Amino acid sequence: MPNPEPSSDWRDRIFGALKSAEIRQVGYVPDAGHSRLIELCQGDPDIRAVSLTTEEEGIALAAGAWLGGQRCALLMQSSGVGNCINMLSLAKSCRFPLTMLVTMRGEWAEFNPWQVAMGSKTQAALELMDVLVYRVEQEADAAETVAAALDIAFNGGLATAVLLSQRLIGAKRWVK
Amino acid sequence: MTTMHSNQPRLDRRAAIRVLLAERGELLVVTGLGSTTYDAASVADDERNFYLWGAMGGAVMVGLGLAIARPGRPVLVVTGDGDTLMGLSALATVGVQSPPNLAIAVFDNGRYAETGMQPSHTDSAVDLVGVARSCGIEIAIDITDKAALAEFARRVQRKERTLFARVAIHADEPPRVLPPRDGVLLKNRFRQATGVES
Repeated sequence: MPNPEPSSDWRDRIFGALKSAEIRQVGYVPDAGHSRLIELCQGDPDIRAVSLTTEEEGIALAAGAWLGGQRCALLMQSSGVGNCINMLSLAKSCRFPLTMLVTMRGEWAEFNPWQVAMGSKTQAALELMDVLVYRVEQEADAAETVAAALDIAFNGGLATAVLLSQRLIGAKRWVK
Repeated sequence: MTTMHSNQPRLDRRAAIRVLLAERGELLVVTGLGSTTYDAASVADDERNFYLWGAMGGAVMVGLGLAIARPGRPVLVVTGDGDTLMGLSALATVGVQSPPNLAIAVFDNGRYAETGMQPSHTDSAVDLVGVARSCGIEIAIDITDKAALAEFARRVQRKERTLFARVAIHADEPPRVLPPRDGVLLKNRFRQATGVES
């Protein structure tokens, strides 16, 4: 299937990066910031979109996919990174390639103070587990940063994460 | 609290793993942290076994990712009750995905054998077969004898439905058989032996 044409929407361009990297499984925990990307993955016949109950399931899913010769990417929110910590030992101990796309909460125009506890420690927690972290603040950088993370993950056998800043995603509307 | 399965017949774990792996054919195997890794290694340190030496709670999900990636091969996860309980939500995710080539066999002794035989939740309150069924894994069975286990092993090869078996085993600790612990080695040799990396 040909890769999608470049789109004006940065989320669509991230999807293009996943397709270019031949991602075949995408594990996700439903998330407002990732909703467009999740829909695109669900609608692609060459991608198996796997809804997870908790994010650490995804670390193990990605390992299994690689053992079977497929590439898997994970979509989650910053709070979900905390759920992954021990399971990241699987990626580290076996040098499984891994790319986590993380929508940030608790850092800009955050309504819910409970999101700040994990959001403010997300990058540090990932780096403690030797995950290579990239951060995206501008729409124009999103797709190429994801492409770079996928490239070093799958060609270099590294665990990577791309943090998509809350300012990029936009604040959550709480009162409708 | 009463013990759920106290009067139930139980299998010897090493005999049980031999039944599961006797005619493995194209079977790909993932084992959980601890005793089921030693069990699989006691049959043979086969390169088509991926042993988890950590990542407790992860065995079922590794099996799911593998089964989705390799639809033409049967995939069997052999793990313990402790690992299954820690990753119980993975059964819900498996129920939703239901790959027909994935089978899960839980060696259930109701104990954390690795840490001193402390009782697990399956010793008293938790029925793993009921959990699996409630998660949408329709073929979920309780196995207490060799004939039923052999039938399960044949069914795994057919790749028709997602399968779950709770295998009742004795709470004992046979001599440990330790396969390699180098995760990079285990990963690379698995991929080479199963034809996804030359």
